[in-house]
Amino acid sequence: MEFVFDKEKNKEKIESFKMFIQDHREIPGALMPVLQEAQELFGYLPREIMQLISRTLKIPMAEIYGVATFYSQFSFIPKGKNIISVCLGTACYVKGAQAILEEIETILGIKAGSTTLDLKFSIDSTRCVGDCSLAPVIVINDDVYAKVTKNKVKELIEKYRNGV
Amino acid sequence: MGCRKVLTLERLQQIRKEHRPILEARVGEAGNADINEDGSIVLNGDYYKKQVRIALKNCGIINPLMIEDYIAVDGYSALANILFNKSSGEIIDDMMASNLRGRGGAGFPTGRKWNEAFKYDADQKFMICNADEGDPGAFMDRSILENDPHSVLEGMAIGGYAVGADKGFIYVRAEYPIAVKRLRTAIEQAKELGILGNNILGTGFSFDIELRLGSGAFVCGEGTALIESIEGKRGMPRTKIHRTAHKGLWQKPTIINNVETYANVPVIFQKGVDWFRSIGTEKSPGTKVFSLVGKVQNAGLVEVPMGTPLREIVYDIGGGVQDGKGFKAVQTGGPSGGCIPAHLIDTPVDFESLGKIGSIMGSGGMVVMDEDTCMVDVARFFLEFTVDESCGKCVPCREGTKRMLEILERIVSGHGEDGDIELMEDLSETISKASLCGLGQTASNPVVTTIKYFRDEYEAHINEKKCPSGSCRPLIKYFITEACIGCTRCAKSCPVDSCITGKVKERHVINQDVCIKCGTCYEVCPVKPVKAVVKG
Repeated sequence: MEFVFDKEKNKEKIESFKMFIQDHREIPGALMPVLQEAQELFGYLPREIMQLISRTLKIPMAEIYGVATFYSQFSFIPKGKNIISVCLGTACYVKGAQAILEEIETILGIKAGSTTLDLKFSIDSTRCVGDCSLAPVIVINDDVYAKVTKNKVKELIEKYRNGV
Repeated sequence: MGCRKVLTLERLQQIRKEHRPILEARVGEAGNADINEDGSIVLNGDYYKKQVRIALKNCGIINPLMIEDYIAVDGYSALANILFNKSSGEIIDDMMASNLRGRGGAGFPTGRKWNEAFKYDADQKFMICNADEGDPGAFMDRSILENDPHSVLEGMAIGGYAVGADKGFIYVRAEYPIAVKRLRTAIEQAKELGILGNNILGTGFSFDIELRLGSGAFVCGEGTALIESIEGKRGMPRTKIHRTAHKGLWQKPTIINNVETYANVPVIFQKGVDWFRSIGTEKSPGTKVFSLVGKVQNAGLVEVPMGTPLREIVYDIGGGVQDGKGFKAVQTGGPSGGCIPAHLIDTPVDFESLGKIGSIMGSGGMVVMDEDTCMVDVARFFLEFTVDESCGKCVPCREGTKRMLEILERIVSGHGEDGDIELMEDLSETISKASLCGLGQTASNPVVTTIKYFRDEYEAHINEKKCPSGSCRPLIKYFITEACIGCTRCAKSCPVDSCITGKVKERHVINQDVCIKCGTCYEVCPVKPVKAVVKG
């Protein structure tokens, strides 16, 4: 699945990024600061931006990709506005967390570890969050939801989709 | 502002004179520190009284966002004095005489390192500050960077003058946003004032410092990996054909020192080599900052003379183990270090003594563990970290640590087999010998030391399928005793449907076949003084 990078919407950011590259292209080892700026500005490293970096700094795409994949702070997909973490610890698991996760995946049409195309949601599966007696537990952004059911999941997603 | 004046020595001394009363008044008002007769300012309270603070001496006292505060505590006076009165060679001699050893972990003598770069002829040399502090549970460097950034800048400038470098880099991890911000402010202020930049104090010496950020790779704390990262590449360690002091950043002579090492440098030149050597031990002079964490009463940063017995740090300063539990071990040196058992608690903490018992000083992480901590699980935890952070260049580290982790995971889940311990010992040796950098060479230390001092715990996990500390979940069993009052609380909070059964006011029973050992029943059982649910 490809995220469409909206050049029109990001016009200002792209302009400011181009200026950043111009200011930094002469400094030795510019790739890291440039990638860090891109990650900060766009929230991830869109392909179009990496191509822009490649052309301006005259560094092959393969090398940029190599550097970007090495460091854990760079991401190739944007994070959604709402991050849903599904606890897959043992207690939640036996209480049907897997089914809850699948339900969320079905509703949003994406798998764990990815983000919806409208950038509203990302799904993560996590290890035990330590709320075993309230299993199954999901965490949306910073809010913890206990004893979640399939029906409740639908409600919650709708709630966050409409901006709480 | 008008046009900027060139900073002169007189101007620097004037700032000190003008600002000192302001700082003293503020300290007096805050009341958290005492001003001694010799002019030194120290934090009050027992916790600090028992420490000797050199690297942390200004932390909590000065405002890190004001360069005048740093100057008021004699900051930049060492640099100024050196620029006017000492030659590069003299500084190198002093550094060698002080025997300041690298505080990043390996303990290499700073003077000798500087001398290598000093002697090596090149058109360009670099000073790097390694601020990529990544050990879990360690935050010494962060504290210095956030609370006393100028001491690091001054140390770097002194080093630059000594080896003949005019450019410095601070490589700081991106996970320290406040440190980054304060360093930025400090560098700006120092340049604005003219204590960094061109022709410092009119002496003709120029030194500039640039910040570079990490991006979440632990291995970049290794010197050559850090250099690769600054060069804009994947942060993988280099083969050690050349010393970095000869061929480092962009193949130019490069000095890499840790944050705490640099913070020590100005103080050594202020107070003299003899004073510095009077603290600590013969082979490890000075102090070391430790981040004392884990199951200890008073967690925090502790700076003590080298050679201080572990007992003093854990008990006299740290206040002993929390909740009256028994002391089991101290883990020093993070993922590269080892576990020191209770019977070795009188070991003096210096490079040699810790090395002898199989651990390392490391950057200064010190995690206290009590009787509830499972040593096999501790080894597993650190190895999991190393597996995640191995860069993948050397096969023994990339594959070997992974295989060791698999064995440990098997052991803690109750599937350990006869011969597992020996297999891990064998793997440890290969990984240590055949890895290029410190990460691989030391990755097995947590495993090796826990096997050495807590072999019985490994054997209990493997042979009896029991966890003596009662912390490995798959090896625990929960029972309900006759003391059960039949309140049904456990059955109601159990996450498994048909696990706990029983009628109201009658003894309940746990079905061992479906129990997931989450411990919820144990936690909610209201029976006193001894719970009706027991862990075994």
